[in-house]
Amino acid sequence: MSREISFTKAINEALFIAMEFDSKVLCYGLGVDDPKHIFDTTIGLQEEFGKERVFDTPTSENAMTGVAIGASLVGYRPVMVHQRLDFFLLAMDQLVNAAAKWHYMFGGKSSVPIVIRLIIGRGWGQGPTHSQSLQSWFAHIPGLKVVMPSSPKEAKGLLLSSIFDENPVLFLEHRWLHNQEEDVPEGDFRIPLGTANLIKHGTDITIIGMSYMNTEALKCLEFLKLQGISCELIDLRSINPIDWNTIIKSVKKTKKLLVLDTGSETGSLAAEIIAKVSIELFSEMEAPPARICLPDAPVPAGFSLTEDFYPTSFDIAKKVCSMFDVIINEDDFKHSSSPHDVPGDWFKGPF
Amino acid sequence: MEKNIKLELYSKMVLIRAVEETISERYDQQKMRCPTHLSTGQEAVSAAVGLALQNKDLAVSTHRSHGHYLGKGGNISRMIAEIYGKEGGCSKGRGGSMHLIDLSVGFMGSTAIVGNSIPIGAGLGLSLKLDKSDNISCIFIGDGATEEGVFAETVNFCAQKKLPVLFLCENNFYSVYSPLSVRQPKDRPIYKMVEAMGIKSHQGEGNDVFGVYKTVLDVISSIRKGDGPRFLEFNTYRWREHCGPNYDNHIGYRAEDEFLEWKKKDPILLAEKQLIKENILTHKMISSIDHVVKDEVDKAFQFAEDSPFPKKEDVFKYIYAGV
Repeated sequence: MSREISFTKAINEALFIAMEFDSKVLCYGLGVDDPKHIFDTTIGLQEEFGKERVFDTPTSENAMTGVAIGASLVGYRPVMVHQRLDFFLLAMDQLVNAAAKWHYMFGGKSSVPIVIRLIIGRGWGQGPTHSQSLQSWFAHIPGLKVVMPSSPKEAKGLLLSSIFDENPVLFLEHRWLHNQEEDVPEGDFRIPLGTANLIKHGTDITIIGMSYMNTEALKCLEFLKLQGISCELIDLRSINPIDWNTIIKSVKKTKKLLVLDTGSETGSLAAEIIAKVSIELFSEMEAPPARICLPDAPVPAGFSLTEDFYPTSFDIAKKVCSMFDVIINEDDFKHSSSPHDVPGDWFKGPF
Repeated sequence: MEKNIKLELYSKMVLIRAVEETISERYDQQKMRCPTHLSTGQEAVSAAVGLALQNKDLAVSTHRSHGHYLGKGGNISRMIAEIYGKEGGCSKGRGGSMHLIDLSVGFMGSTAIVGNSIPIGAGLGLSLKLDKSDNISCIFIGDGATEEGVFAETVNFCAQKKLPVLFLCENNFYSVYSPLSVRQPKDRPIYKMVEAMGIKSHQGEGNDVFGVYKTVLDVISSIRKGDGPRFLEFNTYRWREHCGPNYDNHIGYRAEDEFLEWKKKDPILLAEKQLIKENILTHKMISSIDHVVKDEVDKAFQFAEDSPFPKKEDVFKYIYAGV
């Protein structure tokens, strides 16, 4: 049975189910039991599972990541969380030199089943160090799994799979998805890691989105249909490993590709996907592949500077139409009524 | 202290010395094709801590971990095969000298980046506490690691949670070629800094194997009783270069005289003298121990020589677990 719940509630539900199912699952991070409960995602966990399994921590991102690794070597399954991805950058030694390598460099003798939830900020002046979307960095490190859910249902299914995976998994939550609602299955519902999700069938172009960019993409598919363009939308969702089969199969059919990335352009996931598809399907493509990413600049904080910084559904529509030589009138497009720096009227700041 | 414990400590030091010196002797055969950080001169701590810990106590270590691994009871043949890059190595040739593991004796892994294994040892301690085990986690570090931010973070966390963790610091006064005097304030011993951070700490002579054993045993028993983490600093000295098989006192970062002073405090010679004086050890027994050890080391090198190399196509094996 499914019912409509929010993304944050879906995360919370997945954590409850995992901790109930396996007493070795731990949940910790700065603020998990504070009055805000990481945007309500960890609410109720400490009351249910106790202070030994659910706990607030010192402000020590690097050490606490190592603590997760150590506990995981002897059977625990820690789930850590950072309210902004940017703070986790203090833990790169533990992530890259230890977690990602452990299984490999000890010849498969032990493994590191940990999950690190990282929240990506956007808008409302989050600025240069509260809104980085560094999935391509993480995807570059062999041994890590990287996941980006795009909806409440995806969040629940992917988080449960991540927790019970035998490897270190980075679970990147976009702050602008937190209040979205959707039908979500009840109970222990898992989505296999390493698979992309074909959200919408189409015949003329393959659009690959990730995380919040799927929300923007979904807003313009009807408009594009009215222009006579049938889009196939794929949610990448597993950033590493990438489900190349689904991507290649789709582009073989549509012969056109647009990739939507939440990160900045140079060295992006979009770059990697376009490179691979171009190498494999070069002679079959009917147009040069295209991408929409963030500019190669730190994210500014100020209201005016961010106005054109984040690509919108209209930018996607324009890009797709240009690939089909379709000229569109901006007035025909239904623009969002919210200010550009908030995900909707529900968001009143501060972060 | 029982006679057999004293003999065991002595023999273990002889074994560690023989392994390290054999690596040094054979290094120019170019078959051990990885960086090696030898612990010749520092055998007392490895032997004493290894014997004081129980099999089910856990340990993590550093780039200079051969002695810690052997002290804890790690398989010698698999260690040498690892240095040879062979499939029979403890990490199947994927890790080299700096990544040793033997889960059967609780040696959970040594890692190469200074300070890297410190919080991992704390995580092991957390798991032991959650499991209500009376085992402990031992984190081997050097003086350099106490300058890393993660050391301070981990000490704080272990103190806050009262984790069953022993921080075992071998202060050999050098981080590669950089002396302690350029790295840490004068008149501020490492163990005093750690004590100020909230962990009971103690400093001792690291080349006195019997003294180290006694101190470590006392401290471990407090940790087992739930008294929280402890920090032990033992002064010692590495004889050979930071990385590699040679002596390097001629290159100018430390004085030959300093080395000779420490050589007088050779932990094996000190123990030998004491045990002979106490009529526990005879010259005949020394030859016999040397003989047994040489045989064991030769067998380990032979195992490494005989073990096959991992197959080239297996380079993608072990990237992910559970596949």
